Parts: sequence; structure tokens; C-alpha cells
Amino acid sequence: MMHKLAYGAVLSLTLGLASSVSSMNDHALQAAVARAPQEPEALLVNSLLEISRNRLDMAMVEIDNAIKANPNFRLAHLIKGDLLLAHTRPINTIGDVPNAPPQRIMELREEAKARLQRRSQNQPLDYIPKYLLQMHPGQHYAIVVDVSLSTLYLYQNLNGEPRYVTDYYISSGKNGAVKLKEGDQRTPLGVYFVTADLPKSQLSDFYGVGAYPISYPNEWDRQHGRNGHGIWLHGTPSDTYSRPPHSSNGCVVLTNQDLTTLGKTLQIGLTPVIITEHVEWVSHETWRAQRNALASQIENWRRDWENRDTEAYLHFYAKNFNANGQTLAQWANQKRRVNGTKAWIKIDISNVSMFLYPGYVNLAVVNFDQDYSSSNLSTRMKKRQYWINENNHWKIIYEGAA
Amino acid sequence: MKKPNIAALLLLMALAMSGMWAAADELQDASALFKQGNNAQALDKVNSYLANHPKDAKARFLLGLIYTEQNKPAEAIKVFTALTEDYPELPEPYNNLAVLFAAQGQYDKAKIALEAAIRTHPSYAIAHENLGDIYAKLATQAYDKALQLDKTNTTAQTKLELIKELFPGSPRAAKVTAKQETAKTDTVAAVTPSTPEPKKAKTDDAAKESRPAATGDNTQDVLNTVNAWAQAWSKGDVAAYLAFYSQDFKTPNGESREAWEKSRKERISKSMSIQVSVIDPKVTLSDATHAKASFKQDYRSNTLKSTTAKTLRLVKSGDKWLIETEQAGR
Repeated sequence: MMHKLAYGAVLSLTLGLASSVSSMNDHALQAAVARAPQEPEALLVNSLLEISRNRLDMAMVEIDNAIKANPNFRLAHLIKGDLLLAHTRPINTIGDVPNAPPQRIMELREEAKARLQRRSQNQPLDYIPKYLLQMHPGQHYAIVVDVSLSTLYLYQNLNGEPRYVTDYYISSGKNGAVKLKEGDQRTPLGVYFVTADLPKSQLSDFYGVGAYPISYPNEWDRQHGRNGHGIWLHGTPSDTYSRPPHSSNGCVVLTNQDLTTLGKTLQIGLTPVIITEHVEWVSHETWRAQRNALASQIENWRRDWENRDTEAYLHFYAKNFNANGQTLAQWANQKRRVNGTKAWIKIDISNVSMFLYPGYVNLAVVNFDQDYSSSNLSTRMKKRQYWINENNHWKIIYEGAA
Repeated sequence: MKKPNIAALLLLMALAMSGMWAAADELQDASALFKQGNNAQALDKVNSYLANHPKDAKARFLLGLIYTEQNKPAEAIKVFTALTEDYPELPEPYNNLAVLFAAQGQYDKAKIALEAAIRTHPSYAIAHENLGDIYAKLATQAYDKALQLDKTNTTAQTKLELIKELFPGSPRAAKVTAKQETAKTDTVAAVTPSTPEPKKAKTDDAAKESRPAATGDNTQDVLNTVNAWAQAWSKGDVAAYLAFYSQDFKTPNGESREAWEKSRKERISKSMSIQVSVIDPKVTLSDATHAKASFKQDYRSNTLKSTTAKTLRLVKSGDKWLIETEQAGR
């Protein structure tokens, strides 16, 4: 019944996707499909690949399967419309709908592009997102979001090493990344933590099956005057499977089925959510070297403090140090005074996590449990520090309770 | 083109011979009554014929058509479905089944039926055309889901071409195709018998001259008027189209002129592309100012395709002919 096979070629050429498809070798193709082959996205991408090979009948089978897997998959319906219409006239572009709202068509085309691009990436098995320097033993998973790729990567803490688990298509802010202020509809870039679990019963349908607020704005954002609130990981309204790549008010939006799966891995107050424009990948060797360099500096800082070598200890603080308004000079005066009164100090730090801050070459967020005992005072606290690398030396630029 | 199926040929020859028997008169009568629009009497005749010839394909086909015309789609579907089971090699019952399914918005079923029709006769032009419409309709549905467009009441607009005759004039079903195709090629020429270049009728230039000047030859003037009316309709020029109707025009359902104009306007402007052709027009003048124009009206739009008999009664007002009544049938 396929009279007009040539339209398949037209379709794929004008998708603007042909290059990414043809650059995929068979191995990558198999990888794309092998990753959760029954996912609606895998079926959709299969259909687009079949179109690029001019096998419209197979493309129709795949797209029908994608729609069966999720009847509200709007992009799949759009491709199906094109495949059907290809029987009656040439299709010049994806979503060749006369008189359609141009904005919606454009968004669905972007989704097609994003999903195909995502699937054409190899699974990151040999490389690690550089941000995940160290998870502490109680942190079971970490999330890294690549806004430009519309992708959320899930990593598992396997004996101290981050191990890739899976990745999901996500939508992010309408106006792109780098959130600055309330209402700018941008997604913040930084190191955040999941702070709460909001069940469906407390939410409107807009947020889908649930929501996980994250800790935007963090200490670094506040110091840089960035404001706004309510940045969440959340699901999708019931009338659609997914949303376009750039459509949220700054939140990271997953499909309901993905959010449900992801939700099982999240630990409130613990799971890091690192959002970046482009993930930077490093080899295991580089990752290990960077981790050890920062870890040994932290250990040196601890040791100098414990030894009451106040000047050596203060050497670990950056010139621009700022702890909730306290300058380096004020901090130094206070530490000199306090340490002078002590006959001895003992510092234990445990559950250390270290995450490099996206968008910077030299900034890290460090969290640990600090067990401080001294001749006249003992405290336990959760501490957070921001370390900055100045002239090849890691220094503390922020310190406070976590 | 596929060679005609031998079994089908034998069957069709047998059917044709059955037509020679005396009782066939009854069937011919039924068919004639149906063509005149007398569905109730046609139904009686065909039922009485079927009482003696329960397997007769032609009679059952006619029965399906009568039910369709009587707006009894469930009965019609039953008849055509049984025909496809008993005579799977005939494409026409599949086609009509598809038309009925499509009218109910069951496009997937319509598609399957048309594909079956084409499997039996790969060159079956009408089934191909109807299938194209079904694909377009399914595509529209898919796009609506993709874009969340709120399109209400679109199902009622789809009407595909119903086959009105099972192997007319010849026992060979394959000829149906050929005959239909010929009818279609004739169409273009027949639209404007007075114009040497029939295609020109579709161009804008011709449309500008859509209001024909009086030539003194009343028959020719009426013909020109009818063609110009069809052109205004085709162009979607509602104002020009409505101007062809006299102030005394008898609205088809007795509604007010205003209501009728409104519904026409909606209908005409809703369709993206309309092509109305006037085929085989016959003009009869009852006196110098009253005329009757009968023709086959071939109507094609993005949503609907139909060929119907039509009769316009026109009255001459000044040098213009205006439509007083518009009726289906000849």
C-alpha cells in the first residue's frame, strides 16, 4: 500500500535529523535501541530511523507501538499523521499540518530532535560526569541533569564510585538555563539537594504523579543575588506523555512513569541534583586524581585545625571568604581568639561528599558531619563548605551549617 | 492491470445470465425506483425479488444501497458485509462498506475494507481515491491528538464515494473501473461544453468572467449561468455564489433565507478546497423566462466527495438567470 516511498526520504531529510541519524553507526543504533527497548521514546526513535531508511511500513508499526505504550504521546501522534498523509501527498517537514498552531508544531519538532539526539549518544559507561567527585556512603544515588541534551542521568554509588544506571528525557525552563531571579522561567545551574517529597494528593494535575523540590537558591546563589523559589523535579499532566524540551517555568520535568521510577531512588535531604548546561565527562583516572587532590586538602585543613596551628589553618581560607556576611578578617580574629583558649581540640569528619560546581572550573561543594571536641566545648554538626581552587590550591570560600 | 479473476468472471457471467430471466424485470424496476429516489417502493420490490433469489449479488447490493439512502447504516453494513463474505472477489461491496464505516468515523475499519477492495482489484480507482481520503482523515485525527486541537463534529463531514452500481452494463467487474475512469475524463470536457478549453474554467481569469453576459441565446445563457454558479462555489466566493439565487428562492427545508445563507456560508467557507463540476447538463426552457437545468453535480472538497443528480429551476430577471429552486435528482 506504500505508493509514495520517496516521501520517507523527504521526511527524514527535512527533519533536520538526517545528519545525526546517518552519523550513528550500527553499534550506536543498537545501543540506542537496547536501552529500554520498550520505552515509548525508543519506539519513537525507531520509527524515525525507519523513516530515514525509507521503510514507512515498519515506521508505522513502530509508531503504533509507541502510541500503544503511551496513548498520550503527542509527538508519536504527529509522526503518525505524517506517515498517514504520506499516502496522499508529499510530506515536506515533520508535522506537515496545514494551519496548525506554529508554536506547538515547533515544540514537537524540538522534542523529536532532542529525543533522537539523546538516543544517538552512547551510554556513558567509560566516563563519569566530573561533578560527582565523592558521594558519602549513605548517598545511594546522584542525579546529573544536562539541560542542552534534555537528559537526566542517574548514578548509583557503588563502593564510592559513581556508576551509570540510566537516563531520562526531561523538559527544562522555557527561557533556558542560569536562573537569576523569580519568574525568569529559567532552570538554575548548580549543586542542589532533594529537599522534600510532595505526594500527588497535595498537587494539582499539572505536576503529575509527584514532585521533589530541590534546594535552589543555595548558599552560592544567595551570595550572587540569585532569587526565586520552587524549583522542583516533577511529573507531567495526565493529558500528555511528555512536554517539549524547553517548556517549564524552571523546573525539571519528567514523564510520570520516569518520575515514579526515579522517585524510588531519591533520599530526602541527601540525593544531590547537579544541573548543568553541558555535562563535562572525565575518565576514571582524572576523576580519581581530582578527588584525591581535594580530599587531601580537606584532610590538611582538619589536621591544622586539630593541631591548633591557627595560621596554617587560616591559610586554607580564600581572600574573598564570606560566611553569611562574615569576612575573612572577622573569621580569622574569631578563630585566633577561640583557638587560643583551648588546651586541645579533636576534629572528626565523616560522611564527606564532594561535588564540583557546574559552570566553574574551580568550585566544589563539600558536605560532612563534623564532630568537634575540645578542652572546654564539644559540638556535632553537619557542615557545608564551598572550596575554590586559586592558583592550584583549594581554598574555602564559604563555610556554614548544612 | 491485474487479469480478471476467473472465478469472478464465471460468477459474474452467471449473474448476468440470471438477469435474462423474467423475474429480473422486478429487479430492474427496483433499480429504477431507487434511481428516482423512491426508496420505499424500491425496497418492497427488491425484497420480493430476494425472496426468490436470496443469493443474488446485484439485488443484495441494491438492498444495501437502499438502506444507505434510507439512513439505516447498521442494516446496510450487514448487507454489504454478507456480500463481501459470499463474494470476496467483488470490490464494490468493500468500497461501500468503507463509505459507511467512514461516515460513522470508524476510519480504521474503513481502511481495512478499502484495502480488501484494492487487493481484489489493484487498479480500482475509486477505492484508491477513497483510501487516500481515509488516510488524510486518519492523519487529521493523529494531528489533532498531537496538537490537542479541539475539532468537534468533524466525523459527520467525511463522505466518500459510494458505488451505486454493481457491474453496470457489463458482467465484468473490471469494467467498472474502466467505466468510472471514462466518466471522470469526460467530466472535464463536459463541465463547460461551450468553452473550447475546458481547463480554463478553473483559472482565475475565467472566474472573473463568471457573470455571463447575455448572448440572446437563452439556453446558452442558462448553461453559462449554471457553470458560473459552480465556479463561484468552487472558488469559495460565498457572495458571488449567493448572488445566483433569486430573492424568491425556495430554501430546501423551508428555513428562512437568512438561516439558509448562513448555513451555506459556513459550509462553503469551512472546506479548504471545493471543486464543483457540472456534468451532462440538460437545459429545458418552459418559456422565455423560465428554465430547468438538470445535470450531474460532481462535488469534491477536502472532506467530502459526491456525485449527485441535481435540478435547478431558474427564472430570468432582467438579463440574468437566477435560481428559484435547487433539488437533488433529475
